[in-house]
Amino acid sequence: MNVISLSAIDLAIAASLVLFVALLQWRMRLGNTRSLLIAASRTVAQLLLLGLVLKIVFAASEWYWIGLMSLVMLLAAGREVMVRQKRRFIGSWGFLLGTSSMFVSAFSVTLLALLVIVQPDPWYLPQYSIPLLGMLLGNTLNGITLGLDNLTRSVWEKRTIIDGRLALGETWSNAISDIRHDSIRVGMIPIINAMSVAGLVSLPGMMTGQILAGTPPVEAVKYQILIMFLIAAGTGLGTITAIVIGCRRLFDDRERLRLDRLG
Amino acid sequence: MADLVISDLQSRVPGLLVQRLAALNLSLQGAEITGLTGPSGSGKSLLLRAIADLDPSTGEVSLGDCNRSSIAAHEWRKMVAYLPTESSWWFETVGEHFLQADMVSLQTLGFEPYVLSWKVSRISSGEKQRLALARCLSRQPEALLLDEPTASLGDSHTRDVERLVSDFIRKGKEPVFWVSHDPEQLQRLAQRVISIQSDGSIKEQTR
Repeated sequence: MNVISLSAIDLAIAASLVLFVALLQWRMRLGNTRSLLIAASRTVAQLLLLGLVLKIVFAASEWYWIGLMSLVMLLAAGREVMVRQKRRFIGSWGFLLGTSSMFVSAFSVTLLALLVIVQPDPWYLPQYSIPLLGMLLGNTLNGITLGLDNLTRSVWEKRTIIDGRLALGETWSNAISDIRHDSIRVGMIPIINAMSVAGLVSLPGMMTGQILAGTPPVEAVKYQILIMFLIAAGTGLGTITAIVIGCRRLFDDRERLRLDRLG
Repeated sequence: MADLVISDLQSRVPGLLVQRLAALNLSLQGAEITGLTGPSGSGKSLLLRAIADLDPSTGEVSLGDCNRSSIAAHEWRKMVAYLPTESSWWFETVGEHFLQADMVSLQTLGFEPYVLSWKVSRISSGEKQRLALARCLSRQPEALLLDEPTASLGDSHTRDVERLVSDFIRKGKEPVFWVSHDPEQLQRLAQRVISIQSDGSIKEQTR
């Protein structure tokens, strides 16, 4: 199998497309130009860095390098969850809630996939473990961010209703049940959509990559199905963990709504 | 029925910097209405919310031989019901908000039984206020904290509400704390009136 190597000019052409959109946004005063350019630059810098790091990690293949890299990925994901919230939990909760939920979900699902399903030798072989963990973290990050954002926003908007229900003697869990259901549903929407249209509308990224690299389509399909299921499980676990703990944190030991715990 | 005994109660809402309101020591007698009055913003609602344990507070409240701190907060609020001025409704129809509807109290307030099938989005603020009282009483509380329960009602409906509460406590002997801006209403209803002064001190009015 031989992959067509991309030249700097090939990438420059793709980059000019992004610049064109940015120019369009700027001329039309849509006001999103800055974040588009920053995100595009981040992609270049981060992926180049990743390429270099992976080269070293793949060559070394020592478990502690892989562990360190996983930790860096987790912390970056946790930070991303936090900064994307409009109203976040104040104090260390803002960072720890998302990070620990992702740790519980993405890490356990990745471990299961490596130890029981794919079984590379050694089980932490970086060619498998790093991309798997990356895909899981990236998707659970999405679910948890959407879910938590929905939770904190809805609680803020419906604070009078929650308070009214508490005043009628309902338990805190009952008073927030609608919002809790809704937030978990919102967090799961992207992966449910992705699974629904996979193959019909969209060719999932990982499968595309494998096919481009010369893997037979059916092999690539099997991997893609595995990944989709792992992502669904990881996103579900992570979102449920984050929302359930987040809901509890919004009430104190006397079941009072504590919006002062949101920033 | 049991008295509601309040000792050294002070609201401690986080973020509210000015806490000028003096600590409250008071015993509300069963089957009696105690009035609470004072200028707007003097902390009447804060006081009721503190009694219901909806806001953090210091001090102790007990109903009969039951201490607030000895039972779960939602159990306490089931017994000591706080009725806010602005009621909240979250289901589509009125009836879904009632655990068991009490037709007699709905009738006393001037509603037909089919009020339960009304859509919440179509009822007026006055209707909401009366229905909220019916909803509160239908859960059989053992003490009532009513925050301006007739604020958006006309004279005739105000009388309906007063009659319903009086009937309710004649049967169950519940103590009632009734916030009102209307001295005549408190004159009609309350056996005693507590008033919050503009300096935050709390006095019992002599009549």
